[in-house]
Amino acid sequence: MSRTDPPRKGTFGAAPPGKRGQVHKVVLARFDAVERLAHWANALLFGILVATALPLYFASIESVVGRRALVAEIHLWAGVALPVPLGASLAGPWGARFRRDVRRLNRWSSEELRWLRSLGTRAVPSRLADKFNPGQKLNAAFTAGAIVVMLASGSVLKWFTLFPLSWRTGATFVHDVLATVVVVVVTGHVVLALAHPQALRSMVTGTVSEDWAHRHAGGWAANELGDGGSVTPARTGGEPGPHDETT
Amino acid sequence: MELSERRGVVSSPEIRRVPVGRRVFLAMAGLGGVGVVVGAKIQRAVGSFLGSGLGAFLPGGNRFRLYTITGSFPVISPAHYRLRISGIVERPVLLTLDQLQAMPGTRLVKDFQCVTGWRVPRVHWDGVRLADLLDLAGVGAGAVALSFRSYDGADTESLTLDQARLPDVIVAYSMLGGPITAEHGGPVRLYVAPMYGYKSLKWLSEIRVVDKVEPGFWEQNGYAVNAWVGASNGRSDAPIE
Repeated sequence: MSRTDPPRKGTFGAAPPGKRGQVHKVVLARFDAVERLAHWANALLFGILVATALPLYFASIESVVGRRALVAEIHLWAGVALPVPLGASLAGPWGARFRRDVRRLNRWSSEELRWLRSLGTRAVPSRLADKFNPGQKLNAAFTAGAIVVMLASGSVLKWFTLFPLSWRTGATFVHDVLATVVVVVVTGHVVLALAHPQALRSMVTGTVSEDWAHRHAGGWAANELGDGGSVTPARTGGEPGPHDETT
Repeated sequence: MELSERRGVVSSPEIRRVPVGRRVFLAMAGLGGVGVVVGAKIQRAVGSFLGSGLGAFLPGGNRFRLYTITGSFPVISPAHYRLRISGIVERPVLLTLDQLQAMPGTRLVKDFQCVTGWRVPRVHWDGVRLADLLDLAGVGAGAVALSFRSYDGADTESLTLDQARLPDVIVAYSMLGGPITAEHGGPVRLYVAPMYGYKSLKWLSEIRVVDKVEPGFWEQNGYAVNAWVGASNGRSDAPIE
């Protein structure tokens, strides 16, 4: 891996037989395998946590599902496992690209701050748009905060004897309120993903088309491709990435 | 290494970037911590403001949660329901629901309070005082406590005779203004007002008068045998009602 983010691009996979020689779409690497694995492992745990939370929380569902102790045990262990996918993928040398994306998610430009102050009504001009839009940055920060708060309040609920009595009630309150917000945010996340199939597909394949990148992440695309949008490697590190199969 | 990585992040080095993500994260962690410490007070204020109506729909609000310990709960038709009183008694008793309801009744309007912190305020209860049922069967010499069994075949509970004779300890056949539904432990359940909800055994099938306290299901799983509200584990603020 080169020192800087390599501008990986190339044709989208191998050309199928018979299409050889045709113009291929240029693609940009958006997520590497480690990031995608971390995302889907995290999504799976969130899914298990929400699915097991429903009967624990709603009496009407509980009356159908029953076996509260088993459901609670699954919920507990899915919760305890929650820091594992993100922690393990960020920790090692394999997480370099993920760590760079986390820094990118953390930092907001003045245009993005304007978007936030206007409550999303003033869009970031696409030529200045970062790899992630401010909504995605907000979602990432919320998810990280939610994991920590749900883990902490859930721990008070589970190991309540270690804490003052009133904390147990407080932790129930925090856990319930934040769980509701999490369900709303995750639902919004899924709805937006389904509304933007190419963005969703990039979390599976790792790549987006150059066209998509220019429309949704213009600043990032220009930086990745070189300012003119040239398809030749713009900066150092022309090592072929995993998606650089040229046909 | 570190420097070049940072350079890789910022697409235009001239643009100043603010760590909003970190601030959002820290704000959430801080709010969460404050919420755990003072959430009991917030919940109490919100709960008493909204009452049991609207409060039931809010997260963290005052609503019942079911803690089943079996795969499904028993559905017992009122016609087939029987309450058995056995053990150290002068006259073993087997009551139908009609016979139970024909006894002098008592009405309570009291909170249902769970050891885990939620509380449903001002729940209406109708039933027969446990003390009256004990008098019906006649407690024999050497008796110290009661053991309760549930139709679910798994849950058990205990009370000392002194606790059982308190005026707000009833065998209830009505709750929330109507017959007790199957999910709430109907047609007949225990309601032990001064103690946490796990003492109010659901789908009551049998009361045995015994010579020592036999800890019930939840007590075997770590909860206090004498589950006075505020005096054992759980929430300690005074009930609303």
